[in-house]
Amino acid sequence: MKQSLGVRLWRWTIIFVVALYLLVPLYAMFDFSTKPFGFADKGRTFRAWTMIASQPDLIPAISRSLITAAIVMALILFLIVPTAIWVHLKLPALRRPFELLCLLPLAIPAIVIVVGIAPLYRWISINLSESPITLAGVYSMLILPYTYRSLSAALDAVDIHTLAEAATTLGATITRVIFGIIMPTIKTGIVNGSFIAIALVLGEYTISNILNFKTFQVVIAQIGRTNGNVAVAVSLASLLFVIFLLLIIPTKKRQGAVLDVDIA
Amino acid sequence: MGVFNSPVARHAFANSLEISARTAIVGAILGGLFAWAIVTGKPGGVFYKISVALSSVLAQFGGVMLTFAFLATFGFNGLVSTLALKFLPNTFLADSTWLYGMTGLSVLYTFFQIPLMVLVFLPTLENLKPQWREASDALGGRAYEYWLRIGIPILTPSFAGAALLLFVNSFSAYATANTLINLSDFLTPLEIATALTSETGGSNPAEAKSLSLYMVVVVVIVMGLYAMLRRKVSKWEQKR
Repeated sequence: MKQSLGVRLWRWTIIFVVALYLLVPLYAMFDFSTKPFGFADKGRTFRAWTMIASQPDLIPAISRSLITAAIVMALILFLIVPTAIWVHLKLPALRRPFELLCLLPLAIPAIVIVVGIAPLYRWISINLSESPITLAGVYSMLILPYTYRSLSAALDAVDIHTLAEAATTLGATITRVIFGIIMPTIKTGIVNGSFIAIALVLGEYTISNILNFKTFQVVIAQIGRTNGNVAVAVSLASLLFVIFLLLIIPTKKRQGAVLDVDIA
Repeated sequence: MGVFNSPVARHAFANSLEISARTAIVGAILGGLFAWAIVTGKPGGVFYKISVALSSVLAQFGGVMLTFAFLATFGFNGLVSTLALKFLPNTFLADSTWLYGMTGLSVLYTFFQIPLMVLVFLPTLENLKPQWREASDALGGRAYEYWLRIGIPILTPSFAGAALLLFVNSFSAYATANTLINLSDFLTPLEIATALTSETGGSNPAEAKSLSLYMVVVVVIVMGLYAMLRRKVSKWEQKR
């Protein structure tokens, strides 16, 4: 279809304005992080970037975040995935309530979740552990809407009933049906969920900041108070990392699975 | 439940509602237009793919890092403010104080609202049938008549629904505001955080809980409206 001049003009104006809005701050981050700071620098410098590695708290925070993400992924794999399969397979009546339950963390503001969960974490840090890794518990709840969506889409795409019946007739136990037969067929959904887990754990700030845990974002904010250039460099680096993560996600229906927010 | 007798709490709540409404409307309009610009391009082309991928990243880009991005742009010694100081010294851009208030916060929130709108609204626009446009053209309808009588009436429920989602999105936002503006009574989420954590004797879990309840009430109302709109949309989608 040939577009009229008016349509093309409108289109490019909109694209230009929005792109300017979204891309200028990103470029400004790069610009700012290569600005000279201190007296030793003349002209552009990558000193802020080289200083990333020597920031106190930063590397431990990143490694803790990755451990947390691993625990969240394990919880997804051994708790949420079997539950979703079980509900889809045996309890169709519970599908709708289960879905609503999974979508709740998306509707409830994070700050409200903190208010509810603060007493629990106070107890945990007194009696169990003060490590930020304990946040894996609340994170695996926060991530439910996203994992459930991608799992549910994956489960709907294959005929799991036939698979389960076939496996059962051939003598497979229910554990084997769930872990050995169905889970491999919804690999894409599980992998998607895991990538989102990493992105969420690396990006979460509200809960960890209020509960006083030094996670990645909290440490970035802390660096920002002493050295803006380094903080901007770290932010840009982690943004690029997340973009990289999302680009290597197997793309089948990624966008729908992640953000098809439907709380009707 | 008496927190709302305090003018401070009322002011923060009003601020929260105002900024959510403002950024939801601006974000919905800009994001909706951008989604239109995407669908009028080549389907599945490079521009389409890049826009969608970038949107799904930037929609989650709230918080600490977003604040730094805008400080690097409009803050003291930032990219735009440095340029403005050189070339437009008398405009508001040269003086970065505007960033640390309602206006600045709205600009930041809109940054993640636009991509979210693109993701939510794109599927709806892709559902608009080209046949409708062709029918309108064949019957002698002009472009503006198509949009006024067919396009906009069809899109209105999903557009409003998406705007409600954006509203909840910025109503719940805490991280961005906390790193940009460190005033405990500016927005309700900031107030809750202070009531919960203050170590100088101001800690008041009961206040945090009742403020949270008010937030939940707003979210429930908005989500109820959203559910009603969704029902309308799915009715229309079945009729197609």
